[in-house]
Amino acid sequence: MGWMRKDLLTIQELELAEIGLILDTAASMKEIAGREIKKVPTLRGRTIANLFYEPSTRTRTSFEIAGKWLSADVINWSATGSSAVKGESLLDTARNIEAMSPDVVVVRHGASGAAQLLARALKCAVVNAGDGAHEHPTQALLDLLTIREKKGHLEGLSVAIVGDVAHSRVARSNIHGMRKLGMTVTVAGPPTLIPPFVQELGVKVSHRLEEAIADVDVIMMLRLQQERMTGGLIPSLREYARYWGLTRASLSGARQDVLIMHPGPVNRGIELAPEVADGPYSVILDQVANGVAVRMAVLYLLAGARAQA
Amino acid sequence: MNALIKGGRVLDPANGVDTVQDLLIQDGKVARLARGLKAPEGTPTIDASGKVVCPGFIDIHVHLREPGFEYKETVATGTKAAAAGGFTAVACMANTNPVNDNRSVTDYIRAKARSEGFVRVYPIGAVTRGLEGKELAELAELAEAGCVAYSDDGLPIMNSALLRRAMEYTLPFGLPIISHAEDAHLVQGGVMNEGVVSTELGLRGWPAAAEEVMAARDCCLAELTGAHVHIAHISTAGAVRLVKEAKARGIRVSAEVTPHHLLLTEEAIRGYDPNTKMAPPLRTKRDQEALLEALADGTIDCIATDHAPHALSEKEGDFDGAAFGIVGLETAASVLLDRLVRPGLLPLPTLVERFTAGPARVLNLPGGSLAPGVEADVTILDLERELTIDPSGFHSKSRNTPFGGWRVTGMPWMTLIGGRVVMWERVIKGAIVQ
Repeated sequence: MGWMRKDLLTIQELELAEIGLILDTAASMKEIAGREIKKVPTLRGRTIANLFYEPSTRTRTSFEIAGKWLSADVINWSATGSSAVKGESLLDTARNIEAMSPDVVVVRHGASGAAQLLARALKCAVVNAGDGAHEHPTQALLDLLTIREKKGHLEGLSVAIVGDVAHSRVARSNIHGMRKLGMTVTVAGPPTLIPPFVQELGVKVSHRLEEAIADVDVIMMLRLQQERMTGGLIPSLREYARYWGLTRASLSGARQDVLIMHPGPVNRGIELAPEVADGPYSVILDQVANGVAVRMAVLYLLAGARAQA
Repeated sequence: MNALIKGGRVLDPANGVDTVQDLLIQDGKVARLARGLKAPEGTPTIDASGKVVCPGFIDIHVHLREPGFEYKETVATGTKAAAAGGFTAVACMANTNPVNDNRSVTDYIRAKARSEGFVRVYPIGAVTRGLEGKELAELAELAEAGCVAYSDDGLPIMNSALLRRAMEYTLPFGLPIISHAEDAHLVQGGVMNEGVVSTELGLRGWPAAAEEVMAARDCCLAELTGAHVHIAHISTAGAVRLVKEAKARGIRVSAEVTPHHLLLTEEAIRGYDPNTKMAPPLRTKRDQEALLEALADGTIDCIATDHAPHALSEKEGDFDGAAFGIVGLETAASVLLDRLVRPGLLPLPTLVERFTAGPARVLNLPGGSLAPGVEADVTILDLERELTIDPSGFHSKSRNTPFGGWRVTGMPWMTLIGGRVVMWERVIKGAIVQ
């Protein structure tokens, strides 16, 4: 099949075959990263605008490298130091950027639904690089690619997503993707960090770390979104780290071949003990590398394949 | 003003009238109701055959935005919208700038209504100075100036002791306190109902309990003080249950419901349309069913639109950043006739009662009746007219409605105030009424 969508906004709306297409395309893109000259002409003459309203190093850089390796021109438009701080609305900024005729706008914004808003307003392709606590589809795709590489398959695997699920777009995108792919998902954390009625999305809920990670193939630790937490959701970082931080000791009941993932950036010593983050089960750096491949695939499918079709 | 409205189905729930007959208006008042009335010499005749002749609709919860927010709405445009929607009277909330927490603002609104208004305007005074929830506004003088109720609508009064004192202090004036039942701490940045949809959309939830704990508190304080508390825009099954229990125990509590809470649920928010964002938020199907049942059985006394105009720039961006509220005056009757009355979910006489006698009773307003001798405020409905709701044709300054594009059958066909036609076929006739 070919790619038919104008935008990539959510995992929730994707068909299984579309997820497969992106992952397969990404797998083939990985070969480029291994070359001495990391450049293919696929998107030559095309322009990608990174529009980031939240601080981000990893994701923005990843999209930037992905675009550049495909020979696209990449411009970065960050909210700090742009007209966003002068009160220009998201829509106005987007219209201004569109007037410069980009082929793809990659957007990150603190408001859930911001990517949909842009996609409706703009004729060019829009990639959601994280909208509020809603979705972060390329993160879920790179997570799936990483798991598939390490485990050889996805269907039937079990995953524990641990931590600040309530504020996590990474968790939501992964839940949708993993459920579509036939994986079993448990979300775990203190009840104040578990979103209401999340069971209705087809996941199990656990309120004990050891129980949640005991028999799973993958442990995905989430960043504790300190900057978003208001209203006393946890008593202290110290207590959180004690009960929810993944340490060598808490891993003792886990499987021998478990994968440990984290979307980054890691709060070392809070959700992940350093010896675990850097330990043998950790695939955190594989995730970062796969992030570039997935974003190359997405940009190619949105800007390249569609235009040639 | 004299007129003879001929051949309509006169539906006046307050007086138990529901029969095809003529209505004679003389000197701006209802003169006679009977079949086969002859128009006296020089009296214009309105042919209402096939239509429904009701007491003028009353909306006790609108935001006219003047003074201070004239870019959203003015007394002139808001009352035009009211007339177009079949309303003959509105009560306007105090969250203007300056706040209607003192006599001069009340005087200003009433003067504007007299000179530029198209329907009757009843100001609602603030409970607390500046809506700050800290100290009482000059409540006696607001009553003397003509306010018909008190409310800090838009903001809850979190200090229960202060609300208690407001209830006690205003007892002698006989004006109710209208409660925007929302526990600010429980809402804490919420923008939609808390539930599986908010979880999916990644939007911060606003639990039903935030309304229910305040509705419960308000009922307790009404019981303590003997005051009349009116729960604005009730939205949850739990709050309905509380009101029902309180009423059964003889507590002076009343409640209103909006058309949007009756017709829409949180599912409408998928897609992040800012025109589905309001306070309280759209709730669940179960809540919606409880609201309809309570409206039918009288637990909920009246329908009110919470007409809340906002400029396009405040309603076109991201959901979190958008303003709360939607306009409702020009769509309320049509959408409810089409979605509740036509399918048989609510009898027409009940709907009309909740638009007329119900709200008049809650705020102790004149109107809501076609008894001989009363001011001839009349709303005539055409139940068969089909239309597509087109926000670009609104008389309101604002267009923020979730009902745009709805195909509906039924609309207010004519609005008369004091026997004078102020709206006919959605066209405002330009009459200044007061």
